[in-house]
Amino acid sequence: MSYKIPMGPYHPALEEPYKLDMICEGERVSDAKLHIGFNFRGIEHLAETRNYIQVIALMERVCGICSNIHTLTLCQAMEQLTGQEPPPRALYIRVVMAELERLHSHVLWAGIAAKLMGFKTMFMTCFEIREKVMDVLQAISGNRVNYSMNRIGGVNRDIDDPLAVLAMVEQLEREMVRTVIPIFTTSTTARMRCAGIGVLTHEKAISCGVVGPAARASGVPQDLRRAAPYAAYSELEFDVPVEKDGDVRARLLVRALEIMESCRILRQALAKMPSGEFHTGEGKIVFSTGTATSRVEAPRGEVMYSVSWKENSRNPSRVHVRTPTFANMPAIRWMVIGARLADTPLIQASIDPCYSCTDR
Amino acid sequence: MNLWNRLMCYSRRRSPWLFHMNGGSCNGCDIELIASLTPRYDAEQLGVRLEGSPRHADILCITGPITHNAVNPIKTVYDQVCGPKAVVAIGSCPATTNVFIDSRTLAGPLNLHIPVDVFVPGCPPRPDAIIQGVAKAAEILAERAAKKLPVEPVVMPLVGPGCGGACGCTAADKSGAKEAQP
Repeated sequence: MSYKIPMGPYHPALEEPYKLDMICEGERVSDAKLHIGFNFRGIEHLAETRNYIQVIALMERVCGICSNIHTLTLCQAMEQLTGQEPPPRALYIRVVMAELERLHSHVLWAGIAAKLMGFKTMFMTCFEIREKVMDVLQAISGNRVNYSMNRIGGVNRDIDDPLAVLAMVEQLEREMVRTVIPIFTTSTTARMRCAGIGVLTHEKAISCGVVGPAARASGVPQDLRRAAPYAAYSELEFDVPVEKDGDVRARLLVRALEIMESCRILRQALAKMPSGEFHTGEGKIVFSTGTATSRVEAPRGEVMYSVSWKENSRNPSRVHVRTPTFANMPAIRWMVIGARLADTPLIQASIDPCYSCTDR
Repeated sequence: MNLWNRLMCYSRRRSPWLFHMNGGSCNGCDIELIASLTPRYDAEQLGVRLEGSPRHADILCITGPITHNAVNPIKTVYDQVCGPKAVVAIGSCPATTNVFIDSRTLAGPLNLHIPVDVFVPGCPPRPDAIIQGVAKAAEILAERAAKKLPVEPVVMPLVGPGCGGACGCTAADKSGAKEAQP
């Protein structure tokens, strides 16, 4: 006989409010249903009432983890509408911020995954290392979470001394190589808890249209930094880690390898940073009528913004956001079917869901 | 007050257990709350522990601008916390609804729905400020246990739209509004 177990919306294992209804046969999950919308703040509507400076501050608060990515995507779309071309130094600073954010997001995810595995020591270690990433972010922007770095036509703050930041990044990389990466890739605890659960096959990954690390862990070599380079990614060398297995361990490995690739990108970007201006100046910004879209590879996958504007208007007429979790959500159902009930918190966390982005 | 009660007041001040609730937050404050419990900031030295059940908790930490969907759960959870209890509103969102002001899907600020003891302003507040707010709430908890304050917090009157007493205005001061200064 099957029975239904509701998990959430306010549940200690969940960071954010959402509801997972699981139909169980004994210990096994036979079907699952996801309910979202508890975080709906109506941001897309609010954006239509804000001018082009306020809308950046508003969109930064779509998500507290990947706040920089949202303003980066929005500013790229608005730059297409205004014809403002950011100078090369601004593009490199954007890459540095995006990669630092990827680092802190992946380490945060690793900490939460470790907590869900019941590996509390690792959770504390991950957060200790994450604080060092936050130090670098704070040294650059002055803030820990909402950096407010992006503006139309560049960035708000310069990196005065890239070599000092480079030293901090190298220190960070050494710590990652010493603790987080070996524990997640070789530890028996992590392997036994993650291997073979929450499998998303290659075919299913393509048919669900998953993005980001969840897709790359199912053998879909898809990364916008490679496929449609933005900012300064076309001038930097990096690999896109891909795993074939599609289970939670593969997603863990992809993220661990991405942490290393992020460090590699950071080292190159800080060493190669061109001199010059970092924004286009304080001139008047004139919007042309039209719709511009922009796509960026966020830590969780592809973020797309579509911004519509009417000429001589202060406010956008429409800002549409498509977040990676929106694309990855349907895959949770296929991951948890057949899984043990005790594994479901870890499986649903393995796509690194961010429902505050998705609900907006 | 006998020795047993004095001991209980001391223990309450030294081991406040938190229950964290997300009322439509962007995750910024939630992650900073978790960061304040981890080795760098180490709120656990104050005896603070994040607890999974509201019935075991002393302090309710609420983040986010309170969406309509979150109002009833927050009231339910508030009733489930056993007294004496204290409420900490983390971030600018529960105090004033922050950048989301005027949104029709929001039912904030938080003190329209439940009484709030400590506001920790900031978007998001630094972990140090969150710890200070929790420490302040722990003191309020101890006073409440000693019956120096009413067992239940008092609902503060609103002065002006969305003021919530968080701006430090005089009417809110008279009703006992407390504010943490980071």
